[in-house]
Amino acid sequence: MDRVPVLKIGEILLVSIQIDLDDQTALQLQEDLSDRIVETGAHGVVIDISALEIVDSFIGRMLSTIAAVSRVLDAETVVVGMRPAVAITLVELGLSLNGVRTALNVDKALEILAEAKQVRGVGVLTVRGSDDVPL
Amino acid sequence: MKVDAEARQRLSAFLVTHEEPIVRQWTEIAARTLRGRLTNTELTRQVRDVFGALQAVLGADSDGEIAGAESGESRGALAELSRAWARQGFTPSETAGLVFTVKEVVLGLTESGQAELPTTDFLLLSLVVDDMGLFTFETYTKTRESVIADQTEQLLELSTPVVKLWDGVVAVPLVGTLDSARAQVVMEKLLQTLVDTGSAFAIVDITGVPAVDTQVAQHILKTVVAARLMGAECIISGIRPQIAQTVVALGIEFGDIVTKSNLADALLHALRASGVEVVRRASRDKAF
Repeated sequence: MDRVPVLKIGEILLVSIQIDLDDQTALQLQEDLSDRIVETGAHGVVIDISALEIVDSFIGRMLSTIAAVSRVLDAETVVVGMRPAVAITLVELGLSLNGVRTALNVDKALEILAEAKQVRGVGVLTVRGSDDVPL
Repeated sequence: MKVDAEARQRLSAFLVTHEEPIVRQWTEIAARTLRGRLTNTELTRQVRDVFGALQAVLGADSDGEIAGAESGESRGALAELSRAWARQGFTPSETAGLVFTVKEVVLGLTESGQAELPTTDFLLLSLVVDDMGLFTFETYTKTRESVIADQTEQLLELSTPVVKLWDGVVAVPLVGTLDSARAQVVMEKLLQTLVDTGSAFAIVDITGVPAVDTQVAQHILKTVVAARLMGAECIISGIRPQIAQTVVALGIEFGDIVTKSNLADALLHALRASGVEVVRRASRDKAF
């Protein structure tokens, strides 16, 4: 069975879907990804679907679910590189992927994730030394 | 309708004998209805073409039908004439009328005693000419239809430019009524431009759209949602007061989609959102 690789780059997980997903592979990816988020403590997930020519309602729902799951695990999901034809089809199907953030390319997705990280203040937590003057 | 060979020969011989007066009178009558829109020489040439086609249909190696397999050349000549007339803006009756005039001419000749033609032969001639006239009419309509189809396509291409306003900001100024076909073209072109240029903001300007009904709104909303799916923000601008009132009266919800009354506001919004600060430089005398 085909398996979609999940790559870790810094604090971000990158999933690049290069094959047309069947339902089983999609479910497998969903599981793999949630495992990896917990394992690595990643704060962001980038899913690149620029190679996908067909996105049906099942894949659309998978993307929404992944976004929801990773949000629970405190990671932001950005779907990247949707083709115009795919976007039009999804709109015609009435799927607007609510709750899923999208970006035109991986660069922009990384920007979004960096901003989100700043807003949430991840990594600015410091242990106060004893010579700090208490307020 | 098949005309038997003997009658065709008689008719053909009749036409050959009286070729000159027929063509002359034919041209005269045709010129009257056309009132100087064609030069006389050109009209004479065209009348001769039709005359030639008629003769070919009646000729020995034809089967007396314009639609028949043997009449390819006559069909070609008639079709060319008909297409030319359709393009020049003649009415369909004028085009078919040119062919039908031959009956009037032949009737005139026999009545004035300059020629003799049995009634049955005249009726046969009439049948052949009717066929030719109908064929002319059909070609005329086809030509018109193809002209309209071409223009529709050209209009589609003309009316959907996607312009770049700033780094990462593109705009589509929509002009004219938005139907499903156009909306589809606009949507595809805009989304493709977003991919090609990597722009994060798209402005759909509807200043030139005369009316917004539920269908048009639906098309615009679909475009916005599709752009959002691809990771770009879409702003709608150019909403005139009447349109705003219609939209509210129709109960159309734009939800969290940004709408602005003019393109300048929309551009400013896009610039601010993408982190560009627009500052008016203080003029010199104020500064010092």
